[in-house]
Amino acid sequence: MELHAKRKLVNKVALMLSLAAMSFGLFWLAWILATILQLGVSGLSTAVFTQMTPPPGSAGGLANAIFGSVVMVGLATLIGTPIGILAGVYLAEYGRNTVLGHVTRFINDILLSAPSIVIGLFIYAAVVVPMGKFSGFAGVLALALLVIPVVIRTTENILRLVPDSLREAASALGAPKWIMIMQVTVRASQAGILTGILLAVARIAGETAPLMFTALSNQFWSTDLSEPMANLPMTIFRFAMSPFKDWQELAWAGVLLITAGVLVLNIVARALFKEKIST
Amino acid sequence: MANVTLQAQSTEKKPPAETQLAIRNFNFYYGGFHALKNINMDVYKGRVTAFIGPSGCGKSTLLRTLNRMYSLYPEQRAEGELLLDGKNLLDRDVDVNDLRARIGMVFQKPTPFPMSIYDNIAFGVRLHENMPRGRMDERVEWALQRAALWGEVKDKLGQSGMSLSGGQQQRLCIARGIAVKPQILLLDEPTSALDPISTLRIEELIHDLKKDFTIVIVTHNMQQAARVSDYTAYMYLGELIEFDFTDTIFIKPKRKETEDYITGRFG
Repeated sequence: MELHAKRKLVNKVALMLSLAAMSFGLFWLAWILATILQLGVSGLSTAVFTQMTPPPGSAGGLANAIFGSVVMVGLATLIGTPIGILAGVYLAEYGRNTVLGHVTRFINDILLSAPSIVIGLFIYAAVVVPMGKFSGFAGVLALALLVIPVVIRTTENILRLVPDSLREAASALGAPKWIMIMQVTVRASQAGILTGILLAVARIAGETAPLMFTALSNQFWSTDLSEPMANLPMTIFRFAMSPFKDWQELAWAGVLLITAGVLVLNIVARALFKEKIST
Repeated sequence: MANVTLQAQSTEKKPPAETQLAIRNFNFYYGGFHALKNINMDVYKGRVTAFIGPSGCGKSTLLRTLNRMYSLYPEQRAEGELLLDGKNLLDRDVDVNDLRARIGMVFQKPTPFPMSIYDNIAFGVRLHENMPRGRMDERVEWALQRAALWGEVKDKLGQSGMSLSGGQQQRLCIARGIAVKPQILLLDEPTSALDPISTLRIEELIHDLKKDFTIVIVTHNMQQAARVSDYTAYMYLGELIEFDFTDTIFIKPKRKETEDYITGRFG
């Protein structure tokens, strides 16, 4: 009986500790969201979406920065996703126990945890310096390099959740390996792979460091990828650090937009994943 | 003893059967482990052959070599002869995908693909045959009819195969296997994950299917072997101990080891 009483006590203590840890985390998250909402909403107006970033003291918006971010994040995802999925398929289906597989997995883990500023500097040295100028194209490359390891990792992990019995069943019907992969294992993992892509997009949407040395920023509307390109993180960085009140407000509006975008992506990713689990 | 080809001795009234698959001097290795030792036996056309024996005796291993499932795993290796229509299935020039169209397999756990019921059946057929939609519809219906599942799913062919119950999923897998029209159907403990009612339905199905297919079934359930099979092979520690008519194995086995296992004194 005494043993049971002790266990109950331990149980209560453990429960309280985890509740405390959870509320600690949630407290900061709620504070962050509240601050962003409070400061961001006041700067939000239709001008944010329709006008260019202004010089200090005059009215303006974030249209060029939003456009630049959407274009660069979109292109980086388009470039990084196929590479990431194909490499993830290789690791999960072909290279499970091969030397190449192990080496690739190890290098990918390093890339996954590499600080994004390192990627930014790498592209600076490899692309910006030879080209002689900052460009949206260089920004796209830097962001794509951040997308690839995330997609590789999630694709491999999700494909490994597919039981081997399903692979054997497809092979037992006489399916060549690539048909088995395309029509059975990848299909079974669709939602998970898509979740990985969305998470990668969420990750690069707010990255500043890799753009600092690559796309830089642009005060004006530009759709030319070979020129420096405006983007939300760099604009937020410049505007938030400035002494001008209207710039600071625009910076908060930008922060709100990125946060809301990432939140929506996360919710979509979760909904997709949940749907997958239930079927 | 093991070197002699074990032929089921026709002491009973049953008509003589024709050999479909001949297993000759067959050895199998998992890496360095000698899992099957010099197996010799025949699988007869249009009959049900059961492999029984205690866990780890090699019965599933033997079944999985018959469609060369093992070739998915590089460390596994087979030696000897598996003769189907006089051709050794272990030969290098045998196309495994073609072979698997002729020898189908159903696994222990139901493995519906993540696609509709219709596509689950059509998947295998499309791999080996091109046919217009109308003929594919007929083939899907035929396979589901033969697997005694048509009545339950005919109004929901577009639903996911995963939405079915365990017993239905297993019949879907059987339908998927026979839709390709193989000569031989391998069943690897097909009812061990199912409830008694579903098990009964699958056993009835096996009776019905042997009119068109040669069936080899692995089962850990001796009563099931007695109920569904015409021939039974008793295996122990990678060796084929005895192979004969099921009645003979269960009523008057020739080997003491078989008798001990059948009567429950061992295993």
